[in-house]
Amino acid sequence: MNHLSLVIKREYLTKVRNKAFIIMTILSPIIFIALFALVGYLSSLNSSKERTVAILDQSGQISGLFESNDNITFNYLDAGISLEKAKQDVETREDYGLLYVGDYEDVSDIANSIKFYSEDSPSLTLISSLESKLEKKLTDLKLQQEGVDIEKLRASETKIDIAQESFLGEKSSKIDNVVKLAFGGFAGYLLFMFIIIYGNMIMRSVIEEKTSRIIEIIISSVKPIQLLMGKIIGTSLAGITQFAIWVILGGGLMLIVTAIFGISMGEMQMEQQEMMQQALEQPEGQMAMQTVMNAIYNLPLTNLFVAFLLFFIGGYLLYSSLYAAIGAAVDNETDTQQFLMPILIPLILAVYVGVFTVIEDPHGTVSTVFSFIPFTSPVVMLMRIPFGVPIWQQLVSLLLLVGTFIFTVWFAAKIYRVGILMYGKKASYKELFKWLKY
Amino acid sequence: MNNILVADSVSKNFGDFRALNQVSIAVPQGSIFGLLGPNGAGKTTLIRIINQITMPDSGRVLLDNEPLLAHHIQDIGYLPEERGLYKSMKVGEQALYLAQLKGLSRSVAKKRLKLWFEKLEIGDWWNKKIQELSKGMAQKIQFVVTVLHEPKLLIFDEPFSGFDPINANLIKDEILKLRENGATIIFATHRMESVEELCDHIALLHQSNKILDGKLQDIKRQYKTNTFEVGLVTDNEQQLTNILKEKFEVGPADFKSLNDDLKLNIKLKNGESSNDLLMFLTTKGQVNHFNELVPSASDIFIQTVKNS
Repeated sequence: MNHLSLVIKREYLTKVRNKAFIIMTILSPIIFIALFALVGYLSSLNSSKERTVAILDQSGQISGLFESNDNITFNYLDAGISLEKAKQDVETREDYGLLYVGDYEDVSDIANSIKFYSEDSPSLTLISSLESKLEKKLTDLKLQQEGVDIEKLRASETKIDIAQESFLGEKSSKIDNVVKLAFGGFAGYLLFMFIIIYGNMIMRSVIEEKTSRIIEIIISSVKPIQLLMGKIIGTSLAGITQFAIWVILGGGLMLIVTAIFGISMGEMQMEQQEMMQQALEQPEGQMAMQTVMNAIYNLPLTNLFVAFLLFFIGGYLLYSSLYAAIGAAVDNETDTQQFLMPILIPLILAVYVGVFTVIEDPHGTVSTVFSFIPFTSPVVMLMRIPFGVPIWQQLVSLLLLVGTFIFTVWFAAKIYRVGILMYGKKASYKELFKWLKY
Repeated sequence: MNNILVADSVSKNFGDFRALNQVSIAVPQGSIFGLLGPNGAGKTTLIRIINQITMPDSGRVLLDNEPLLAHHIQDIGYLPEERGLYKSMKVGEQALYLAQLKGLSRSVAKKRLKLWFEKLEIGDWWNKKIQELSKGMAQKIQFVVTVLHEPKLLIFDEPFSGFDPINANLIKDEILKLRENGATIIFATHRMESVEELCDHIALLHQSNKILDGKLQDIKRQYKTNTFEVGLVTDNEQQLTNILKEKFEVGPADFKSLNDDLKLNIKLKNGESSNDLLMFLTTKGQVNHFNELVPSASDIFIQTVKNS
């Protein structure tokens, strides 16, 4: 067996046999799902709590506007009693709050007089639902006062959903864009997480070899570059194993949890679907699902898959070689901070650009430029590709990435060669620069 | 004589610091070669160059008359001064891994490891983790791993540090046995007692330069002072001392003796032989002790380092 595969095998086996690793692998999805279930359970508890809101409507304009439902009971008070008395009553009855509407003729005056009294600060969702209903009602009222026929106004409202079509005849819609964003965002985020988690793991494994002083024994039989690559590949394979277990275990647990909390989860999903539908102003559920499926089908799937693999591997190798170099440059983990910052900044920048700019304008200048810069290109390009990026751009970006990757591995190997045998010397940037010339 | 390893004016700089300056050594086949020098003299750098861990800036190294190549790694066994093992890995597994990195197949490595573990009475450690072992125990395993692939050249950098006297002796015997079986040994240290016992050749490095090398015997001869340690019983010690002082350089000596001797160090002048001195002494009293003072490696070490 050659050296590289021996190193890979050892790195992989030590990682997956490590107790902390095993515990993390099994516990993480359990904790995650448990949290998820807990949040679901708590929010179902919360929403099932009944609240009573008293309404003192002295204007007489909003009677019957609010209808009680399972969660909130609206209690219209006698318009004759004073505000002070109403407040006292609400407090003694321990109602959730009191909505007060003043007695005015003019709609604007009524609007200005509306107040909500409560013991604690009221829930934001309740207030905004009250506001939206009141706004609508009072707007209608004002329109009526101005002599506008509400029925006609309603009838004349027109909804627009612009059908999109490229010059080549590819049809798309807003839901397409959402699906594209979801795909790109997922890919970019996955890469980001992968780099941070497993980059750190590589760094720690390099530091471990230094602190346990085995490095000189190893390095007298293996070339540093082989050790470096073996470490990166072995740790990545362990990472992929962990991810696969997470997906399988998490998926299984998710099924079980949904089965147990079936109803509440179902409701949540219904709500989410409703929200999505509202946001997209799309017709009923079945149709929406169909559109989503179509949108996925419309994605450049082959391109996406190949690009995902290449950019993921390239980006991961680029960053993990830097992590390994940091590990070699320091004596212990506490010294790594000063070197970690410059690595994390482009990575975080990539995610920000991806999230804010690519959504706004996937082919704009900022997005395009950042999808070429090697340190941000893996994340940004992965987010752009679902929107259709010309192959030449992908190739140029990939080429730049590979070029930079070769450079960083050379750089890392150089630092690594010198650094792994340096003890006690506090590494500074100046020192590292000197090492490059050794 | 056939040299297994030759370093030919090897130089190495680290930034502005010159770690090795035109150092040449020749290690004869089958010898135990002491690479000596104070801390920071460049011993470890030279050893790392031989192991291809660092590359020399200039000069070349030949192993078996061939310039160093990647495959030569398998011909060398190296026990570094800064040594350790993976703490959380099991002893057997770890030894197998390191042996395989040196080019042994898994099955051969396993067979040899079992033999060595039996020999050093550490067979029951196979499934223990390194962190459960003491430092000395871990050192034994490192030693086994170093010699397991039966290299023709063994390099030990301060091999006895961390061993108790019993285990140090055990290891010393094993080193001598390895030499009997045909291995050549380079032995880097600044502990002179072990040099005296083991080495037949030495090279002395000081401040990145080689300042002395050759057969230990020859060097000692070169550094001898013609001084003899003498113990004799005489009636008039004061008178004898005065007579001797006229003829030779005389100083007080200190050694253990059963008799109430007059103890002196007597240095001969050029051209005088030890027999002349002895014959003269026998006429003056009962000679119980007559011994040439051979310079110890330690004396030579200190003297050359001071003079350079």
